[in-house]
Amino acid sequence: MPEPIKFIIDGKECTAEPGQTIYEAAKANGVYIPVLCHFEGLKPVGSCRICSVRVNGRWMAACTQPVAPGMVVENHTTEVEEYRRALIEMLFVEGNHFCPACEKSGNCELQALAYRYQIMVPGFPYLFPKKDIEAFPKFLLEHNRCVQCRRCIRAIQTPDGKKIFDMKNRSGRVRINVDRKLAAKLSEEEAQKAMDICPVGAILKKEVGFRIPIGKRKYDKKPIGSEIEESK
Amino acid sequence: MSYRDILRKYKKDRTRLIDILKEIQRAEGFIPGKAVPAVVENLGLSTAEVEGVISFYHFLSDRPLGKYVVYLNNSITAEMFGREGVLRAFEQETGCLWGQTSPDGLVTLLDTSCIGMNDQEPAAIINGTVFTCLTPEKVNKIVGWMKEGRPVENMVEEYGDGANAHELIRAMVSNNIRRRGPVIFGDYAPGKGLTRALEMTPECLIDEVKKANLLGRGGAGFPTGLKWEFCRKEKGEEHFVVCNADEGEPGTFKDRVILTERPEMVFEGMAIAGYAVGARRGILYLRHEYTYLRRYLEYILEKMREQGWLGENIAGRSFSFDIEIKMGAGAYVCGEESALLESAEGKRGEPRDRPPFPVQKGYLNQPTTVNNVETLATATQIVVHGAGWFRSMGTPVSAGTKLLSVSGDCERPGVYEVEYGLTVKELLEMAGARDTLAVQVGGPSGNCISENGFGRKICFSDLPTGGSIIIFNRSRDLLSIVSNFLDFFIEESCGWCVPCRAGNVLLKKKFEKIASGRGTLQDLREIEAWGKIIKSTSRCGLGQTSPNPILTTLANFREIYEGLINKEADFIPDFELEKALAEACALTGRKYQEEHHHA
Repeated sequence: MPEPIKFIIDGKECTAEPGQTIYEAAKANGVYIPVLCHFEGLKPVGSCRICSVRVNGRWMAACTQPVAPGMVVENHTTEVEEYRRALIEMLFVEGNHFCPACEKSGNCELQALAYRYQIMVPGFPYLFPKKDIEAFPKFLLEHNRCVQCRRCIRAIQTPDGKKIFDMKNRSGRVRINVDRKLAAKLSEEEAQKAMDICPVGAILKKEVGFRIPIGKRKYDKKPIGSEIEESK
Repeated sequence: MSYRDILRKYKKDRTRLIDILKEIQRAEGFIPGKAVPAVVENLGLSTAEVEGVISFYHFLSDRPLGKYVVYLNNSITAEMFGREGVLRAFEQETGCLWGQTSPDGLVTLLDTSCIGMNDQEPAAIINGTVFTCLTPEKVNKIVGWMKEGRPVENMVEEYGDGANAHELIRAMVSNNIRRRGPVIFGDYAPGKGLTRALEMTPECLIDEVKKANLLGRGGAGFPTGLKWEFCRKEKGEEHFVVCNADEGEPGTFKDRVILTERPEMVFEGMAIAGYAVGARRGILYLRHEYTYLRRYLEYILEKMREQGWLGENIAGRSFSFDIEIKMGAGAYVCGEESALLESAEGKRGEPRDRPPFPVQKGYLNQPTTVNNVETLATATQIVVHGAGWFRSMGTPVSAGTKLLSVSGDCERPGVYEVEYGLTVKELLEMAGARDTLAVQVGGPSGNCISENGFGRKICFSDLPTGGSIIIFNRSRDLLSIVSNFLDFFIEESCGWCVPCRAGNVLLKKKFEKIASGRGTLQDLREIEAWGKIIKSTSRCGLGQTSPNPILTTLANFREIYEGLINKEADFIPDFELEKALAEACALTGRKYQEEHHHA
């Protein structure tokens, strides 16, 4: 067994296994660092930056940064939380999010983060971008709600590693782009997986809706992150 | 060439995707949708992946373009020296609106970010050929030739100085070398550095470069010797040397001049680096805008192979090294080394997360040293003349010389090779700048300094710069400069991370509110706070520096902003109600009455 790494989060002494990221190690120590683009089992990409922490004075994404011995991590401090809140708010204004009408409401991680950060109204002006809805045989792609987390790109690929979802364009014009031929071949299970892995209501499986009623959904019961905080 | 021929030529090499797409575009005028399935099938990719690459790069197009495609530079210097008149002349003469293709398919008129000609603006790239110092009169002539069907090469009437006139370049571009220093423009005989390097062990060679205290010339200033050492120590199937010739920072053009006048010195530096890190292959990643240099550079490579400075058993020793050129396709972010590697692999030029660093997992996940053009050329001279010689120039922290690309309001724009430690004031005198309001050191991502800072020194410990120096005199409007820079970052963000993608757009909106006179003290506080959030949380250097135009002008020219804001008002909304309701009022036939909305 290799020596565990010792590091500190907000004054709390923690240990990590070599190779663990700050996010993973924090979780193992019962410390919640909010994430949106990250999903367990997928290679982290650091796109939402909501897991930003300050390590020995330098800003880093906790989902991509490996723990190093002696790191002093600021997680639940006023400034770090203020910056995260701003990033969540940016996501709300750069998309078109209407929670009451969204199938994902209650299971949506973006919405859950907004509740956790008690965001009543974003501090940024709405950009009201013009985005479309695309239909595929088994699912809908609601670009208005997409947060460009790249989970679908990473999780839903063909057995030989072709990307069914990929990014198109650049700058504020980036959109998820779907290979129509490959998407038509998705199984019911894969389409369900695509919907489940999407943190927001951007990928919606066709022909099912509101199977679990509003009010009984994941984050209706407990705030996001509480499962980690209750683990210790 | 048919798609089939093009695909056959590149075999099934996924790293050549951008080259394949460029050849298709050259043959067809654009990349037609019907070409995509063949590419997809040949390379074993998905349509989404190929479309992702096409849509990422500015110079790749999936829409039909005109017979002549005009990419007019929109950098601030172009604006200062008559871009608007040139743009209008193109529109008038062609009858085509900006951003569109003329109905007869003759011409497409488009913008592009800085093309590395800031000392000879306004400049444009038309079908790969560079046109400098454009005026409405020149545009009339050019459009006349277009209507006659003349090839762009035959529109170049006079060649620039030095190798610009070489038969393989034939460009109207000028070098404008204003000051020749002892390193890049000093005495140089090809092969001398490499011969000396091969007489040393790689460890001793790295030691010599470390002793010289050579710091990366691209702007970041990482010690080159250390980078080589890290790369050498890393285990891999193969090591690589990549020369970063993607200078995209608005206002920089010194690598263009080095590649025109000192290509051997750069290639020799790459071979030296190859020997140091244990690489057999090098890649010159050349920005698309410099495509006009490609044939000449290929010729120089061939010449060096013939002379035995590249290829197998160089200088009769067991060391073998060769260089291939890979082209960019128009993306500022590819100047960031990990994005450059992605692009060199034929992918979207999106930066990678670090660790692993390129020295650990770089090109094709192998240990790779990525060095700037000037850094590699400088390394050659260090090996020839020794670390002591090099350290006798510059300052203790910043040894040697630096090439500066000087543009804007001065009598002598161009390239200056100066020792580190030169003050801004001295540089302004050298360049013949008068009545200077501000100097942009290091391009938009750098620092905009006022007269108070003209005594500061250009060096790593005071004012670092990759080489871009843009001078603004007192007739210039600082706000339109900042606005131009912010637009640049919005356009060039790769869109991967939230703060850079969304934050920069929001920053610009807030800036416009302030610039329009509708800002309050609270808006000034917010724009500063937002800038800090973007800088702190962005994933790569682009986002980490993109708020600098605002933050550094706020620091150095605060009075301009304070003069704009409404000091009495606590709050002014982001939108004007009357304007926002105009459309609704028109539709309903009702008049906007302000008093109704006060309750």
